[in-house]
Amino acid sequence: MFSYEFMRNAFAAGTIIAIICGIMGVFVIARNMSFLTHTLSEIGFSGAAFGVFAGWAPLNGMLLFTVVSSVIVGQLSARSERREAATSAISALFIGMGILFLSLANKNASYATSILFGSVIGISAGDVQQMLWLSLLVLLVVFVIYRFLKFDSFDHTGARVKGLWTNTLSVTFLVLLALSVSVAAQIVGSLLIFILLTLPAATAKYFAHTVGGMMVLAIALALIGVWSGLTLSYVTNYPVSFFIAAIEAIFYFIALGWQKLQTAE
Amino acid sequence: MMAAPILKLEHLGVTFPNHPVFSDLNLTIRQGEFWSIVGKNGVGKTTLMRTVLHQLRPTHGQVAYLPTTNAVKIGYVPQFRNIDADYPLTIRDFVGLNLTGWKWPWLSRQERSKVQTILKRTGLEAIANRPIGQASGGEKQKAYLAQALVEAPNLLILDESTASLDPVTKTELLDLVIELNESLQLTVLFVTHDIPMARKYSSQYLMLTPNGTEQGPISGLTQEKVWEGENV
Repeated sequence: MFSYEFMRNAFAAGTIIAIICGIMGVFVIARNMSFLTHTLSEIGFSGAAFGVFAGWAPLNGMLLFTVVSSVIVGQLSARSERREAATSAISALFIGMGILFLSLANKNASYATSILFGSVIGISAGDVQQMLWLSLLVLLVVFVIYRFLKFDSFDHTGARVKGLWTNTLSVTFLVLLALSVSVAAQIVGSLLIFILLTLPAATAKYFAHTVGGMMVLAIALALIGVWSGLTLSYVTNYPVSFFIAAIEAIFYFIALGWQKLQTAE
Repeated sequence: MMAAPILKLEHLGVTFPNHPVFSDLNLTIRQGEFWSIVGKNGVGKTTLMRTVLHQLRPTHGQVAYLPTTNAVKIGYVPQFRNIDADYPLTIRDFVGLNLTGWKWPWLSRQERSKVQTILKRTGLEAIANRPIGQASGGEKQKAYLAQALVEAPNLLILDESTASLDPVTKTELLDLVIELNESLQLTVLFVTHDIPMARKYSSQYLMLTPNGTEQGPISGLTQEKVWEGENV
């Protein structure tokens, strides 16, 4: 399997994605942003389609759309009572735009499928390098603002009282999330990106006792999902996103069952 | 000798559109005093606390910390916190969240020792590794208090923090606060509806009514006076 360059690239990219998603996922879950993450992935689809239309690399189109829209989404959904409605409206708009860009670009359905559901064979060494730099940037910023982000994500009331710059933190986090979405979409596709950004961390929440532990476990679960998914996809020739989605969902349901058993005791 | 003032409210007033909450409020709070802030719901207690915390800009007057703004460190304990029951956040972790001065993601040895000291002082040492979501109401309030105290504040605001507690837990928590108030000269603002508790623990009171404010030594505060204030 590793004699093929595309599989080596896919494993390298998958490993980077799993680490980023494990770390960012912990904050996505703590900040109750699963739905917003889903929307960002749809915006990512639209951006990738725009990239194709404009003759850019899809990743660059994704970066442009997700980063710009993350700031707008953050402002629009600042009030929690309108968060879901605002997010749904934006999501619908961007999916529509994505379809329009693809149609204008005269690309066939298989191109749309690879943007939406990801592709293992399309990842070059250059892509891996770009993903690595973006991921390092995300990790560096998270490292620098970690204490503030942790305080604001796990105890928003306390962070506000402390006078932390919670609005700036929120926008910064959304931009980091946008970068992570763009990176992670390379393998699982824009439609299924929220799987890796939400499920491993949501599963880890039930087993870990500390935030650091949750992060390590979320990374491990994401790595297991990505590595197994890539291997199974290689062996069976079925889509990698199906395997990753199935594995992460199984982990999550096991966690829910375990939690139920614990509560029953 | 009178202790030095640490907080001065001068001609303070807050007006929401077409609705004055309070006006011309003058108050001097000195180091080591224990003030109870009383008044019925909607009279502006929370608005006053938000103004004191600089979360709300006053319409008139000013809030001044003395001798300088930076000299006064505030610890704030609200009644509720939005903390998910499943969060993998131990009581120890929760208390440490308030330590944001150090650059690394993990706590330094000195910070860990600060957390340990405050856990001991608030009687949480034995359950420090329990997830905060699984703690009882009283234990949670103690953890909120410990988090507020970990940065060694000189002004502690208890914003109806005892309202949902049973009488025994309430007494336990306030015994702890008065012990800190006496031993560390910690200034306390206690927002409450519980007049007997206010009388038991405070030295002064501020009563907000729709018609104005009243303040003085705690001996002057009676349940009847609050009822009268509520009926104005």
